[in-house]
Amino acid sequence: MEAEKINQLYFSDVNQPIRYDRRKFLKQLGKGIIVIFSLSELSLLQGWSQPTNARNEEIDFNAYLRVKEDGRVDCYTGKIEMGQGIITSLAQALAEELEVSVDMVDMVMGDTKLCPYDAGTWGSLTTRFADPVIRAAAAEAREILIEIASEKLSEPIGNLKAVNGSVIVKGNASKKIDYAALTKGKKIVRSLTKKPELKKAKDFKIVGKSVISTDAMAKVTGRAKYSADIKLYGMVYASVVRPGIFGSKKVAVDASALNNFNGAQLIEDGDLVAVIHSESEVAAKAALSIKITWEAPESKTNTETIFKYLEDTITKSTVFEEGGDLVSGKQNSEKIVQADYHDGYKAHAAMETHCATCYFENDKLIIWASTQTPFGTQKELADTFKMPLENVHVKQIFLGGGFGGKIYNLQAVEAAKIAKISGKPVQLVWTRREEFMYDKFRPAALLKIRSGVDSFGKLNLWEFDIYCAGTRGTKLFYNVPNNRTRFFDKNDAHPFGTGAWRAPGNNTTTFARESHIDATAHASGQDPLEFRLNNLKDENMIATLKLAADTFGYNTPKKEGHGYGIALGEDAGTLVAIISEVRVDKSTGEVHPVKIVCAQDMGQVVNPHGATVQTEGGVTMGLGYALYEEIEFDGGMVKTRSFNNYKFTTFSKTPKIACVFIDKMNAAPQGGGEPAIICVGGSIANAVFDACGARVNRMPITPQRVLAAMPL
Amino acid sequence: MKQTIGFKLNGKQVTVAINGDESLLTVLREYLDNTGTKYSCGLGQCGACTVILNNQTSQSCITYVDAFENAEIITIEGLADNNKLHPIQEAFVAHDALQCGFCTPGMIMNSYGLLLKNPNPSREEIISEMDVNLCRCGSYNNIVDAIESASEKMFKKL
Repeated sequence: MEAEKINQLYFSDVNQPIRYDRRKFLKQLGKGIIVIFSLSELSLLQGWSQPTNARNEEIDFNAYLRVKEDGRVDCYTGKIEMGQGIITSLAQALAEELEVSVDMVDMVMGDTKLCPYDAGTWGSLTTRFADPVIRAAAAEAREILIEIASEKLSEPIGNLKAVNGSVIVKGNASKKIDYAALTKGKKIVRSLTKKPELKKAKDFKIVGKSVISTDAMAKVTGRAKYSADIKLYGMVYASVVRPGIFGSKKVAVDASALNNFNGAQLIEDGDLVAVIHSESEVAAKAALSIKITWEAPESKTNTETIFKYLEDTITKSTVFEEGGDLVSGKQNSEKIVQADYHDGYKAHAAMETHCATCYFENDKLIIWASTQTPFGTQKELADTFKMPLENVHVKQIFLGGGFGGKIYNLQAVEAAKIAKISGKPVQLVWTRREEFMYDKFRPAALLKIRSGVDSFGKLNLWEFDIYCAGTRGTKLFYNVPNNRTRFFDKNDAHPFGTGAWRAPGNNTTTFARESHIDATAHASGQDPLEFRLNNLKDENMIATLKLAADTFGYNTPKKEGHGYGIALGEDAGTLVAIISEVRVDKSTGEVHPVKIVCAQDMGQVVNPHGATVQTEGGVTMGLGYALYEEIEFDGGMVKTRSFNNYKFTTFSKTPKIACVFIDKMNAAPQGGGEPAIICVGGSIANAVFDACGARVNRMPITPQRVLAAMPL
Repeated sequence: MKQTIGFKLNGKQVTVAINGDESLLTVLREYLDNTGTKYSCGLGQCGACTVILNNQTSQSCITYVDAFENAEIITIEGLADNNKLHPIQEAFVAHDALQCGFCTPGMIMNSYGLLLKNPNPSREEIISEMDVNLCRCGSYNNIVDAIESASEKMFKKL
């Protein structure tokens, strides 16, 4: 799926699976028992309405598994592993239904030649939509194995059951046959025709149990391969010559100094100017010797003026949600609270920069790219070179973090262009400095809110105008009779590229909403916890908040200079409640996180340990955007270009974090990679206010901003 | 002009032809195909490229020939003893002290260096020593737990 299309979906709530293209696969499959699962059959499982558009010769499907002749199981999915742990949790789901141990499952992920099409790994969609599909396919495979065993053992199907990689006769466990013996020499291909018998939560042996990441061994030994760890025979390293200002156009190139670098070769293709060399450091130095005259776009805004600029520039709005009557809501409110909230640009700053290694073989392109969207990258490359889709092979690889930033794959296109022009295998690794210019930043955003409370302390008015943060997670879960939420957006309003950043938009809108709810509670003289409980409409959200408050010990007295702050939110089907404790140094304005509790209602928790790691990771990362992360710029000139001035959470800034989940093993699993992070900013802002009375309406909440907002 | 230099890498003597101005990171990854050590910032600001050089931690992206010629270097590839994981590696697995895994080699090598000079560090000492290493996925608390438990295991043995 193309990045622009994902942007559209990513900033809104996606509660249905993305429809998939169709691919031919069956021919290339080896022997064994193969179960494919077509999306049009997904409705069998969960009642999603999907148009059936399968043609005879092609099958529309999005996962398949193969029980091999040795009894091991390959699971093929177009999803990728970037640290979110699905290499483990998807294997758990499969192992549970197929009655094998997790270590019998080999995950084959994100390889465009081996795996069925997938729209990309983003939006916390995997556990919601790939997990049920894989479970269903595994359940079907189990039934097939039992059928074959029935013939071999001359026992009726009803007398048999699958246990630990074998089919046994009930009541006579010595009479059994293992999966390897059942699959040997066979090729059976099935798709689902009926709703498979899925296990109930009470019978789970693997789902719901904590499993350590199956890729941990590869990662602690340095054996895990990332895109820049691939070395090809005769490969050259590319360095791209970049302008100082984003959006600059090339006017003239002076490559006269290139002669000083033996073996360096200039590559030019439009605005792309690069140097290749068999040694990466020579390529980098040679690239520095090239002088390019650039025509730079004029600066229209900078770090400080951006919010007013967005408000002035974007005038068209769309109503996302409305109810009641704003005028009467205003009239009938005893207290009206109005405020603007600001959030600056943030970088993804994954530890692995964008990189790609690739080569052309005749008319085919083979590429390892740090991409969250292997199939999107495949299409982008095929379009770039006007090649048939199947001639581009994006290979399986680990990603060194993504967070939405690797939906965009300019580096893959650049590497492939350079390989095409030079006729050599090429590796391109963006430097950290390039990463801080060509990242698709989380957009700066402005949010305007007016709220009203009636004489009973109930919310009566909610006007929410969102500039550049989308609507994801903004459907009102507070009970407000008179409300309107509008969004203002314009793609080219930003001075550089912007895009999806872990739970896109939802960090920003949740910060604004929860800060404002807090301010409204205080204005009406109520405790922020009581105020929320009085005004929430959803029982599940109330339960989640109560779980957080109980775990946190909300009624425990605070130490001097400490404050507690609450934020609630909804993302990717998961309900989140975070309560943070901070200590504020009133003389410096510095905020020190002390303790954070995150409670979530995420439906069925497939791997409690994995879910905890994701939640804790989200909270830890979230402290960065709340307190430290900010891209400084003047027009297209990005001034924050290294980890020296782009600060995020470190060891010493990480507080105690506790993660708790509502127990719902029979429910459908919901998103886990993104949700927790959305509530960090709001809860920290509210805790800062509680600690020192400073209401900071702009993230990051820097010491200067705290001091400026401190009451006299 | 290339010059041939030598050093000990994971217990084995290696010789390599270099230009003379490359970083140790480039020598390891590009010339010697030891890709376990990672590039992330290139400026010594993140710790992803950390290795052990003469029993001290060293950020290989800003370490040059004067420092590494004839030195003894240990990288993530050299930590396990014939497929038997080092106790720090074991602890990282047991505590799942990783997510995307890209910072993991640098984290493990920095903690290895820490435990070399201070086999029984306090939690505060671990945090202070590790603070130069960045993890964007946010596995810090699990990493500290892992180092604590590895230290306990190793310290008891000593």
